[in-house]
Amino acid sequence: MTETKLMKGNEAMAEAAILAGCDAYFGYPITPQSEVLEYLAREMPKHNRIVMQAESEVASINMVYGAAGAGFRAMTSSSSPGISLMQEGISYIAGAELPCLIVNVNRAGPGLGTIQPGQGDYFQSVKGGGHGDYKMIVLAPASVQEMADFVYLGFDLADKYRNPVLMLSDGAIGQMMEKVQFKPYTRPAVDKSWATTGKPKTRNRNYITSLFIQPERMEQHNLKLEEKFKKIRENEVRFEEINTADAEYLFVAYGLSARICQKAMDIARDKGIKIGLLRPITLYPYPYKRLEELAAQVKMMLSVELNSGQMVEDVRLAVNGKVPVEFYGRMGGMMPTPEEIVHHLETLIQYHHAN
Amino acid sequence: MPTEEHVLPDTALDVIAPACHDEEEYEMVYHKPTTMVNVAMHYCPGCAHSLVHKLIMEVVEEMDIQENTIGIAPVGCSVFAYEYMDIDMQEAAHGRACAVATGIKKLMPDKYVFTYQGDGDLAAIGIAETLHAINRGENILIVFMNNAVYGMTSGQMAPTTLAGMHTTTSPDGRDVSYYGAPIKVSELMANLPGAFYVSRQAVNSANAVRRTKKALQNAFKYQQLHKGTCLIEIIGNCPSNWKMTPVEASKFIDEEMVKTFPLGDIKVPKGV
Ligand SMILES: Cc1ncc(C[n+]2csc(CCOP(=O)(O)OP(=O)(O)O)c2C)c(N)n1
Ligand code: SF4
Ligand SMILES: [Mg+2]
Repeated sequence: MTETKLMKGNEAMAEAAILAGCDAYFGYPITPQSEVLEYLAREMPKHNRIVMQAESEVASINMVYGAAGAGFRAMTSSSSPGISLMQEGISYIAGAELPCLIVNVNRAGPGLGTIQPGQGDYFQSVKGGGHGDYKMIVLAPASVQEMADFVYLGFDLADKYRNPVLMLSDGAIGQMMEKVQFKPYTRPAVDKSWATTGKPKTRNRNYITSLFIQPERMEQHNLKLEEKFKKIRENEVRFEEINTADAEYLFVAYGLSARICQKAMDIARDKGIKIGLLRPITLYPYPYKRLEELAAQVKMMLSVELNSGQMVEDVRLAVNGKVPVEFYGRMGGMMPTPEEIVHHLETLIQYHHAN
Repeated sequence: MPTEEHVLPDTALDVIAPACHDEEEYEMVYHKPTTMVNVAMHYCPGCAHSLVHKLIMEVVEEMDIQENTIGIAPVGCSVFAYEYMDIDMQEAAHGRACAVATGIKKLMPDKYVFTYQGDGDLAAIGIAETLHAINRGENILIVFMNNAVYGMTSGQMAPTTLAGMHTTTSPDGRDVSYYGAPIKVSELMANLPGAFYVSRQAVNSANAVRRTKKALQNAFKYQQLHKGTCLIEIIGNCPSNWKMTPVEASKFIDEEMVKTFPLGDIKVPKGV
């Protein structure tokens, strides 16, 4: 039997990093995720792993680049302003096709914003926050358990595709305490013969670069990356559905807002409103196809987010005008109550019924 | 990934076989180190970058550490260093070479790791990463090519541009009351306890080249002994953007550059 522990999301994520065989963690303090660095500063040396408080998030992400380029499992975590600082490095990592795990414990912004949870970094995460054409695989945990599980998954996907993986959590899931189990994990064998470990006489030199100065070669590289992103879209879409079998209405929400929607769904169902929930687990690749299918079944979708309406654009893209897609959100670290969401839902149902 | 299709841009890259034209009468006294890729470099004629590449790779050859050496190329004219040095290398984002080097070295403490950086790369955008790596005493070698301008982007002012020196962004000469004085990186960094060996050299004469080579040899030796950060500043040149012939550029170094950037060892370990 795997032991059940009570832990904070951030700490569960840190512990999972150790169990996933993370060789090196580089980070810089920022609320609400400083526990990760603190936890690993204490625990990583016991496992002979590298942990380092860098001088900035710019440095952290470039240390990750170096370590990942040398073939090691490397990771960093931060919160929104720090993730903004990392964008250049992430673009280089994607361009150079290095596997690594980046965690954003999203707080509300813009600017220095507040340390309270938010989902305002959705666009930055899924549309390519740095320069150039690239995508990260983006995993959105909705529980402490998932914050742990997605570390293994994240590292494995990163290795499989030689691509950065982002776990997009938020200040609430990172900070709250829940039960968590650390499942037994075996690290899949991956070929890293491309890594810069020192050139023996028996092979050509390896180099890690994102530079292809000739337009023809750059485009070839872009096409190669696109091919990879296409594979990711075909194979890695993950989502959870609750109560969709008989649903006439659908909540679409990820992470923390999906948790709140689950409560709202119970209240609405008690009132006789047949509503289901689709919770995207991968925000990239996005479950467009499933939403398109559900658009043939439900009368309306409501995207609930802790921002001004970002993911709703992807829901609309999927639904393509077949049914109304509405949005409800709070910002600034404020969270909607389930009752508030149900109230909004009822108003929308009446409105669409009348029109 | 180094693949056959990954060739260098823009410049015609003829593979040059080291040839001695009259092998009967002449004795081969110099050959390119075997640790270099046998291609023509893209640098402007007389540019110091190519020479310093060769010096580093000579040391790697002599110490027989090709298998254990990882280099980090910067963003600057030497961005293609990995096309010339026949070792495993990583291309860093502009200014971040020391952070990348830290990431590598922390995980492979027994490998030789060096960065190769220009003055814009190291002393402007990347000074924080550089200073902190040195302060931590990362056991790496930082080769700092100071040519007092941004070569790659066509000669803008650098943090090391001399007072009064004309560049495309200081057309009337660097005004120190506005931009501050040129940063003496080596003197600044030598103050940090993590800096083990700091030396400023040049490559504009045969003697200068010999001294630079010696400094590089020392630095690699100290890294072998896990002594901490070695910083070798090399007063390079940029004939193209200085708008000088290579010979004039060499003279400019002796007559002007050394006034601000005096050559020699700045921090020498005792008893090594
Ligand atoms: C973030 C970023 N800013 C600016 C540039 C443009 N850039 C490329 S090289 C360079 C300066 C290089 O100068 P230096 O480091 O002195 O090297 P040199 O070419 O003189 O050897 C700049 C500003 C860039 N590539 N990335
Ligand atoms: S521009 Fe200057 S630094 Fe760059 S290759 Fe030419 S001479 Fe060298
Ligand atoms: Mg320069």
